[in-house]
Amino acid sequence: MGFEVLLKGNNMLRLWQGLLVALKISLLSVVISIALGVVLGILMALKLPVLKQILRAYLEVVRIMPQMVLLFLVYFGTTKAMGINLQAETAAVIVFSFWGTAEMADLVRGALQGIPKIQYESSMSLGLNTYQTYVYVIIPQIIRRMIPLSINLITRMIKTTSLVMMIGIVEVLKVGQQIIEANRKTSPNAAFGVFAVIFVMYFLACWPISQLSKYLEKKWEN
Amino acid sequence: MDFEVIHSYIPLYTQAFLLTIKIGWIGIVIAVVIGIATAFLQHFKVPVLAQIASVYVEIFRNTPLLVQLFFIYFGLPKVGIMIPAETCGAAGLGLLGGSYMAEGFRSGLDAVSKSQTESALALGMTKVQLFRYVIFPEAFSLSVPAVVANVIFLLKETSVFSAISLMDLMFTAKDLIGLYYNTTEALFLLVIFYIIMLLPVSGLGSLIEKKTHLRTAGV
Repeated sequence: MGFEVLLKGNNMLRLWQGLLVALKISLLSVVISIALGVVLGILMALKLPVLKQILRAYLEVVRIMPQMVLLFLVYFGTTKAMGINLQAETAAVIVFSFWGTAEMADLVRGALQGIPKIQYESSMSLGLNTYQTYVYVIIPQIIRRMIPLSINLITRMIKTTSLVMMIGIVEVLKVGQQIIEANRKTSPNAAFGVFAVIFVMYFLACWPISQLSKYLEKKWEN
Repeated sequence: MDFEVIHSYIPLYTQAFLLTIKIGWIGIVIAVVIGIATAFLQHFKVPVLAQIASVYVEIFRNTPLLVQLFFIYFGLPKVGIMIPAETCGAAGLGLLGGSYMAEGFRSGLDAVSKSQTESALALGMTKVQLFRYVIFPEAFSLSVPAVVANVIFLLKETSVFSAISLMDLMFTAKDLIGLYYNTTEALFLLVIFYIIMLLPVSGLGSLIEKKTHLRTAGV
């Protein structure tokens, strides 16, 4: 069935290292997305003129453009248009942060606007000043809503990073292909075993994280 | 940007566009069917089948489409299951989409309040009537936003089909860049065709969302 290839030499270790490449890119992108997304989300909730339209256009671009197209635009397009030779990893982080920031900003905006007005009014009538209202009432609620959603964004980011093999980054799928090619003679069925194992590896990377997100969402529902 | 080049590329892109749309929408239809079936099994807690449905949803929600396609297209033939690329694309998209749609429909079903069911039964409706006239319409309009978001997501996911050598938009762009180095023109057309494919869906989605929201709010 082709699983035996993975027991040869350090093939299994190479697959895990490939997955680590993908995980590294996704974690870096998530951190950038969360930082920028929070700022943009607050700006969106403020509904400033002009800026609001610009941000809406940005969200729409992210909403309808496949990440793969964005990857190609940044990776091949910048080289051609500006003569900058971006490294594939840099291009990937730029694209995934561009996408993640929009997702995050929309979540932050939703969370901010989801807080009923009555909360602000009640805080004020209890004698809290604006600073206290935010620190003790609004922000804790927003954080509770945001944490499960941000964790969820991590799994989506991990799944999306599988695309980076298409711009030549050697991650787990690419390593898998290399292993299959190298053992074409000795184990012609390697494709089944290798891709099955990669399938399971991705599942093992994402499933615990999405379970955690679900658990926290339920726990903090009210 | 060379418009003559663009002009000469348009037929190629149109062909790829039609293929992408065809497989994309077949996949979406499969996804909706699987999604509704899965959501019912889970909502009504059908023994055994509900557990299988949950396992299916977890597996396909937690792995990337690209990996699923590689396994189906390159892996399965090694154990004797040969699937042509187009079928593989539609099936992969359908299976992935089904798991996302299931979550959407299920949250719709779960959100129909219990008093609705009880009132309908108190009015003497049969189970079928209850389902046909009360639960289904409400659950459906409640899950519309999720379904629209999933349709857009799935249409975007079609961009990975090129990995299993389907001649879709992405494949065409990559091919042309590799052959003639007209990167700017090839990428420009790629973006344009994706806008043609997704902007109407996105706009229609917002419209439907507004309409159904009004209906559920009873305004």
